[in-house]
Amino acid sequence: MEHFPRRLLTIVTEAVLERELLAEFAALGVRGYTITDARGRGSRGTRQSEWAQEANIRIEIVCEPALAEQVAARLRERYYDHYAMILFLHDVSVLRPEKF
Amino acid sequence: MPSLDPVVWFFVFGIVAGIARADLRLPGPIYDFVSTVLLLAIGLKGGVELARDSGGVPALEVAGVLLLGFVLPMPAFLVAWRIGRLPRADAASLAAHYGSVSVGTFAVVIGYLATRGIAVEARAPVWVVLLEVPAIIAGIVMARGLAGDVAWGRLLRELFLGRSVVLLLGGLAIGWASGPEGAVAIEPLFFDLFKGILALFLLEMGLIAAAQMPTLRRYGLFLVAFGVLMPLASSVAGALLASALGLSPGGIAVLATLAASASYIAAPAAMRTAVPEANPALALTGSLAVTFPFNIIIGIPLYERLATALGG
Repeated sequence: MEHFPRRLLTIVTEAVLERELLAEFAALGVRGYTITDARGRGSRGTRQSEWAQEANIRIEIVCEPALAEQVAARLRERYYDHYAMILFLHDVSVLRPEKF
Repeated sequence: MPSLDPVVWFFVFGIVAGIARADLRLPGPIYDFVSTVLLLAIGLKGGVELARDSGGVPALEVAGVLLLGFVLPMPAFLVAWRIGRLPRADAASLAAHYGSVSVGTFAVVIGYLATRGIAVEARAPVWVVLLEVPAIIAGIVMARGLAGDVAWGRLLRELFLGRSVVLLLGGLAIGWASGPEGAVAIEPLFFDLFKGILALFLLEMGLIAAAQMPTLRRYGLFLVAFGVLMPLASSVAGALLASALGLSPGGIAVLATLAASASYIAAPAAMRTAVPEANPALALTGSLAVTFPFNIIIGIPLYERLATALGG
């Protein structure tokens, strides 16, 4: 079976940003994403997600490498200073390239 | 031992269980359901009463309550900035939280007064709606200045379509349209079960407040003092306004409580996006771990006494 290379961008951040980030993605041309609730610990302390105002989300986007870099750059520029946010990139393979 | 309302004991139980790290917690959707029923019930009750006497809401009262919402954050900001020596953004965020209102506290004071047979103006939920947003706007302006780079359109839309505002207004409208006879059909869920649902809500709020308490150590004595003294001062402002507007003793107690309460839903979300450099944990901790418990356990009985003294 043929595999096609794509990039997986994973973002863990504050749930309060969800709507704003979805607008950013739409503007940048991201076609799909998956969002899950998340809990964890990092440089900004334990983020427990018990209280909606302090909840976290994990967003996963599979797309062309260039677009993933573009999204990452945009998020770093706009949100890194003041929000709890980490992001990391993986190389992944997909079977249906037209979807991503 | 003071005779606490049983619902307040649920709150105390939640705090104790939370501090002891007991394996106790309402699932998120249940919390959402419980708070939805509370807000609808309060709106419906007000709407039904409005349909009965159809007094409407006097324009002077609307103006007075809106003005209270804009004015309350100002002394809070100055105290936090000058005396607390907080950064300007943090002081403004704290002021927005303390100027805005807590619907949970509102539900408790409504329950408290109902238990004692003290009547409240049917339009009380309208005061909540009027008080929720102005302080948040004032807080953003205090942090940013009038020319600040804020996406006001989107922000105001989110504030006015926020869950508590929509549910209270929806409940009011349905109650008003149905009238006392029509509302009989939904009484069992919304009116008869009110206290039990409030108890569940407060159990969860106790757990949430307890979860914020470890963070309190980071901010020290100033936040504790602010979280107790600011509501006391604001309650007097609210009570004096209510008295000047000629409200009943029950109405004075409610407006004093609303002025004293601090937001933990609308303000944190709005300040987080509009003033991202403000520390979100500071204001939320003050509101949830200090002011909410203070108002529920000690404040409301005090405000009721203040109202009786002012309203005769």
